[in-house]
Amino acid sequence: MAGVAGGGGGNDFQWCFSQVKGAIDEDVAEADIISTVEFNYSGDLLATGDKGGRVVIFQREQENKSRPHSRGEYNVYSTFQSHEPEFDYLKSLEIEEKINKIRWLPQQNAAHFLLSTNDKTIKLWKISERDKRAEGYNLKDEDGRLRDPFRITALRVPILKPMDLMVEASPRRIFANAHTYHINSISVNSDHETYLSADDLRINLWHLEITDRSFNIVDIKPANMEELTEVITAAEFHPHHCNVFVYSSSKGTIRLCDMRSSALCDRHSKFFEEPEDPSSRSFFSEIISSISDVKFSHSGRYMMTRDYLSVKVWDLNMENRPVETYQVHEYLRSKLCSLYENDCIFDKFECCWNGSDSAIMTGSYNNFFRMFDRNTRRDITLEASRESSKPRAILKPRKVCTGGKRKKDEISVDSLDFNKKILHTAWHPMENIIAVAATNNLYIFQDKIN
Amino acid sequence: MLRGRRRMECTLDAQSLISISLRKIHSSRTQRGGIKLHKNLLVSYVLRNARQLYLSERYAELYRRQQHYPDGAPLLAMPAACPPPAAAAPPELAALPLPADAQDREARSCAAARGGAELLEGPVCAAPPELQRAPCRDSSPAFYRAAGSAGPGGGGGSSAPPGLLYAAGCDFASGGAPHCSSRTTVLDLDTHVVTTVENGYLHQDCCSQCPCCCQPAPGLASPPPAPGTKRKYYPGQEEEEGVEEGEPGGGGVAGGPPFAPCTKRARFEEYSAEHPQDSSNISNLISIFGSGFTGLVSRQQADSEQPLNGQLCSKQALASLGAWTRAIVAF
Repeated sequence: MAGVAGGGGGNDFQWCFSQVKGAIDEDVAEADIISTVEFNYSGDLLATGDKGGRVVIFQREQENKSRPHSRGEYNVYSTFQSHEPEFDYLKSLEIEEKINKIRWLPQQNAAHFLLSTNDKTIKLWKISERDKRAEGYNLKDEDGRLRDPFRITALRVPILKPMDLMVEASPRRIFANAHTYHINSISVNSDHETYLSADDLRINLWHLEITDRSFNIVDIKPANMEELTEVITAAEFHPHHCNVFVYSSSKGTIRLCDMRSSALCDRHSKFFEEPEDPSSRSFFSEIISSISDVKFSHSGRYMMTRDYLSVKVWDLNMENRPVETYQVHEYLRSKLCSLYENDCIFDKFECCWNGSDSAIMTGSYNNFFRMFDRNTRRDITLEASRESSKPRAILKPRKVCTGGKRKKDEISVDSLDFNKKILHTAWHPMENIIAVAATNNLYIFQDKIN
Repeated sequence: MLRGRRRMECTLDAQSLISISLRKIHSSRTQRGGIKLHKNLLVSYVLRNARQLYLSERYAELYRRQQHYPDGAPLLAMPAACPPPAAAAPPELAALPLPADAQDREARSCAAARGGAELLEGPVCAAPPELQRAPCRDSSPAFYRAAGSAGPGGGGGSSAPPGLLYAAGCDFASGGAPHCSSRTTVLDLDTHVVTTVENGYLHQDCCSQCPCCCQPAPGLASPPPAPGTKRKYYPGQEEEEGVEEGEPGGGGVAGGPPFAPCTKRARFEEYSAEHPQDSSNISNLISIFGSGFTGLVSRQQADSEQPLNGQLCSKQALASLGAWTRAIVAF
């Protein structure tokens, strides 16, 4: 599989615009802001969650022989309201309906299942298709009203008739009341029977069939909250070993735990931490070292972490430092003060691997997103914008000017729009198709083979 | 709020950073979805870093003044400049609402924080006579270890045991200029013992049901609660959890005279403990941020800031510390 695009000639491929979903107008309703993006295992389905608690699922159309250039497009498949705002009366707290994470389950039958979570409650949704309808009931009319038994003079066998395809989403399980703090991650286990949910201080293990009970497997809450020094920021199961999971902390550390070693995994099996460079110490060192996302590679050999300024790839066999470090937007290091003032320094960027683990992608500001090729060590900055949204238009690499003379086509750091941030990106599990969430718009880009 | 196109140059001194951080914590209380523990924890780290810098600058300034006035000249701290605390201030020392229900430890910390935070709403500036009374002398770490042993665990020295806050071993040189006394009042969340440290002397107050067994310093005697203070804690009284009274934003403290802004550009420096002649208020501040989150649920930082350069450094934000401590531990 090819890696990231090159900026010029002689490279494998280039990224092209494919589609954009979402409203165009400048006034963005808060509820429409996309808060999570996730492909399913086959890549045929693409789910997004937003701040309004809705889930929108796109399905890839079958390839059209008459239009070979446009590979399967993603069109809306199902839309449903996953979570509603709630109010915790005991604590006088409002619980946001924002969807924090969506994770698909591997497909086992005709229906599709996904887990969606807000701050407090996880729900298992079944998305199924209905394209047939039974007609000719004996006891009720076609419109559903019960027939008067005395009117029934003959018996008939109902027959199935085709109908317009209807996609239904129904909540099959609701996993509630297990988290005191805000849920930040869910991760389905490779055994396809269990999953974990993590909040700021605890990680719980669930069985997909059981909603009234969960097992607490990590608890870092100190006896006295005044001694709190770090929180859990993300957690994920190993893609192949069903007993292994990792969780990252706000201190920039990652712990790998083995559930076979003990029931409560407070003691880690491995501890990943890179020593801090004392010369780069600042007021905001703690903030920028906080890990916002952790993802295993598909192979399970590596994991990737995202902190505010960089992405790091770790070899699971080496705990004392990452094997690769990529700077996402190092030019922001001298601007941390302003970014603290406007709260941007708290933005939680996610990261993702491509299907072959040869490339990684993460977002930045000004609707820029970055890709790094692990083999060639090349990186590229692209922009998700309406301007470059012509069908099959090739994306032009962008460059941020950090000082001195600004070349043509470069953008200076001071001109970056920090309200346009790309926090959520997803890469198709097998092909070079990426989904990039830019506030309330979802961009889909594909590669164009030269 | 930074717009997209504005220049990003920004230099903040420690005080601005502190006030910005406090504002963030305060505003996080009203945000949808409840208080974000992660974000507040990170803000607290910035607060700690800024405070360390601020203190180290204060120390340097203090040291320079010491050099100029080696004969222990009059108080640098001018409590006269600070208006006598509102009647609200002292009662708050006693008014530490704690939920009677100890099931939910989070709520207890929360309410205790809220209660403890009230102490910040009035800068407790001791009346002038008190200042003359007891120079910061004759205290040794033993004093503070005594406080520690009375607490849950006996940690002495510089690390605050859980739920107990006191000054890290502070060495009071006799020649040191006495400063405005600042009281540090500590509530032990486990035993509900209120400990007050003032002028190097230790007062230990039992919980409010037996006020007679302690010798409160003047001003500490349980005065009637001023209107508008929170509910007091009386053991046995049921307390509603999670119910917040309407609170004035920002603490609404009657601030002191306008502060003298730091004229020096902030530099990030490690705090050095080589200025022992300063009084307990400095070391209290240090111990506040001694280890991570510890001490952030504490009180009276506002008044601790006062005496440092003879003028009240009570910015509105610093004076509103009550609000942020309520916010930061609401779990």
